[in-house]
Amino acid sequence: MKARIHITLKNGVLDPQGKAIQSALGAIGFDGVDDVRQGKFMEIELAETDETKARSTLEAMCEKLLANTVIENYAIDLGD
Amino acid sequence: MKTAVVVFPASNCDRDAAVAVEKVTGAKPAMVWHGDRDLPEVDLVILPGGFSYGDYLRSGAMASLSPIMEAVKRHAGRGKPTIGICNGFQVLTEAALLPGVLMRNANLLFVCKSVPLIVENNNTKFTHNYSQGGTISLPVAHHDGNYFADDDTLDRLEDEGQVVFRYADNPNGSARDIAGIINKGGNVLGMMPHPERAIEPQLGGLDGLPMFEGLLEAVN
Repeated sequence: MKARIHITLKNGVLDPQGKAIQSALGAIGFDGVDDVRQGKFMEIELAETDETKARSTLEAMCEKLLANTVIENYAIDLGD
Repeated sequence: MKTAVVVFPASNCDRDAAVAVEKVTGAKPAMVWHGDRDLPEVDLVILPGGFSYGDYLRSGAMASLSPIMEAVKRHAGRGKPTIGICNGFQVLTEAALLPGVLMRNANLLFVCKSVPLIVENNNTKFTHNYSQGGTISLPVAHHDGNYFADDDTLDRLEDEGQVVFRYADNPNGSARDIAGIINKGGNVLGMMPHPERAIEPQLGGLDGLPMFEGLLEAVN
């Protein structure tokens, strides 16, 4: 089973890298970019075929390693 | 004073820490590989600076799950002095031994220079040889030193005297100019500046020595 995990900065957490990307977009002529927030995207192949079990494992992965919940949120998409 | 320095893959200040400890205590610290599960019986554990696991995912994230960290948590849990310097501070926050997180520097630049620091709390095992409110100079060398925590946590740190060092001239965007914090129990210190790199007049100055000398007095 394939899982896609999006890790994003929580609201209110400053994102200097996003700001730098926003400024670079402006510098190369893309006007009207109001904000950029940088995050992480991971694709994970799991041997597990049961969706409920897979989701629970992925949540544990996010809590323990993949995200730092002090500053980050995570979202899990399951499926092909 | 018996000391252990934990060595992670890509630690690069482990030997600096060992030299500083030996200079002050006369005893070589045990260098403990991150893959070990046990620490020798020691008074002080140092998590050194460096770029453990190449800073992959988040600085300190992988190292915080190394096998040795369970032993480090037991050592800290017994109230014994534990210090994380630079990457070691990042590891301590990722391991939840200290609150908050060290994010990418606000100006996105790697900062490498000596910086003035204000000693905000000299009533700790680590800082009692410094003057309260005094200014010292220590080197910093990091890309991810921008301390962040939510306002409630920051208020609590301030109220409980857990902010130990503050930047006089904030080099990285840290919330409330925080350079170093201590846990509530007063035995786990995390700081981005490098006291172990300030033990020789020719190299980084001498302002790191009082910390190691103070620890020696505190545990003996």
